[in-house]
Amino acid sequence: MSILDKHKKIETHATLLMVLAFLVVTIGGLVQIVPLFYLENTIEKVEGVRPYTPLELAGAQVYKNEGCYGCHSQMIRPMRDEVTRYGHYSLAAESVYDKPFQWGSKRTGPDLARVGGRYSDEWHVDHFTDAKQVVPESLMPPYGFLKNKVIDGKFIADSLKASRIVGIPYTDEMIENAQADFLAQANPDADSSGLEERYGEAAFGRAVNVRNFDGSPKITEMDALIAYMQVLGTMVDFSTFTPDPLR
Amino acid sequence: MCAKKITKVEHEVPTTGHDWDGIQEYDNPMPRWWVWVFYATIVWGIGYTIAYPAWPLITGVTQGVIGNNERTNVAAEIAAWEASNAGIRQQLVDTDLNEIGNDPQLAAFAENAGAAVFRTNCVQCHGAGAAGVQSLGYPNLLDDDWLWGGTMEAIHQTVSHGIRNTTDPDARYSQMPAFGKDQLLERPQIGEVVEYVLAISGQEHDATLAAAGAGVFADNCASCHMENGKGDREQGAPDLTDAVWLYGGSRQAITYSVNNARFGVMPDWAGRLSEADIRAVSWYVHSLGGGE
Repeated sequence: MSILDKHKKIETHATLLMVLAFLVVTIGGLVQIVPLFYLENTIEKVEGVRPYTPLELAGAQVYKNEGCYGCHSQMIRPMRDEVTRYGHYSLAAESVYDKPFQWGSKRTGPDLARVGGRYSDEWHVDHFTDAKQVVPESLMPPYGFLKNKVIDGKFIADSLKASRIVGIPYTDEMIENAQADFLAQANPDADSSGLEERYGEAAFGRAVNVRNFDGSPKITEMDALIAYMQVLGTMVDFSTFTPDPLR
Repeated sequence: MCAKKITKVEHEVPTTGHDWDGIQEYDNPMPRWWVWVFYATIVWGIGYTIAYPAWPLITGVTQGVIGNNERTNVAAEIAAWEASNAGIRQQLVDTDLNEIGNDPQLAAFAENAGAAVFRTNCVQCHGAGAAGVQSLGYPNLLDDDWLWGGTMEAIHQTVSHGIRNTTDPDARYSQMPAFGKDQLLERPQIGEVVEYVLAISGQEHDATLAAAGAGVFADNCASCHMENGKGDREQGAPDLTDAVWLYGGSRQAITYSVNNARFGVMPDWAGRLSEADIRAVSWYVHSLGGGE
């Protein structure tokens, strides 16, 4: 018990206590955190996962602003009931470009990890405007005001730049064309070939959704949010990708 | 400072010998049961990290000696579930769509499985009771008024490929022109044709305007909605003569439809649901009352 006897020295010596406590916390932190940066299963790259387009990124910001995460998760757990209801369980790689990730921990509403393409744009407009008119038992508050919040993507390039600082691989070209891509995605009559080239089939294996998402002539937060909804969980093609079971 | 030095009472536990401003600390040991539970949790923790995936190493993590893995677990659970129904699901896929009803056991399975699929994937638009949302464009599936056909083949096609979506090249497609927005018709003409539609659907209308609208209808609408206004299922053009309306049958709603057109979208389910599930839900919808 000789070591324990020396404990008195630590207890009565504030600086020594501080130094030793710091060492212990550092070792614990290193063991927990460092492997996340190099282990294959935590940095697994999956084909098809791409950074959000400028409009989708704006939608993700609306999602966070409105606190959607308070009621919706974006994380399908590997359980039979969840896979049956929502689709393939979520992969870590699928939220690699979410800053912060939107896994959530509470489901007052359903999980949204694979909501993309499940419903029509019109349904989303009806549902955001007043969820009860399509799902009578819904508790979701109305978000119809989003349709009146016109946005022009004036500062979206800054958002892309900020995202790049935290590790999302937006290229210089993507940042230069951010506002143009932003406007092109919500306008089916515009030339969206640049957008498609940067984020679409050639680069990531899946075409970008280019539509007037909210059905009204102006680009609104509703457009952005629906563009974001419609891409959620659609990036990975599970007909060709089989996750490694050991990951 | 303390006014009075606390004196030690006889027969008490010894103190640690620490003394701060006259306050002393008893040297009470932790209860034995607590200490043993504490040691037991340490032993448990070590055992747990041996049994389950835990320790990060250089190239991967230890997988644990009992081989528990959530991904293989869920795959096995789903496989076991599917295996338990594999026979009848295969039978459902192999049976001709129109002959499912000939086998009562198969029909019962399809109806129950289809109801489950419907409740999970379809109720958000078509409603829990399949009555749709009138006037918002979500069709009622209980009646015999079908946009794209109510036979088993037609329903199966619609569920598999959807309507007017951008993801499935085989999706059903048609597009009504926006007669007002795109200035294909003059405003008075739109007023006339709306009166005509009100007339053929047996509603209150202005007879003079309706008579004028008959010509507008024949020139612009009849190619899809047919000359008699009964619609065309090949193009998903609704019957305009009955009391069933997808987006409302009031003068205002019809005027909006003529001006701006409607473009109802249904997702394709072939990539999300298995063929057996699609057949089951088609059978379920077919059995709701309107199946042809």
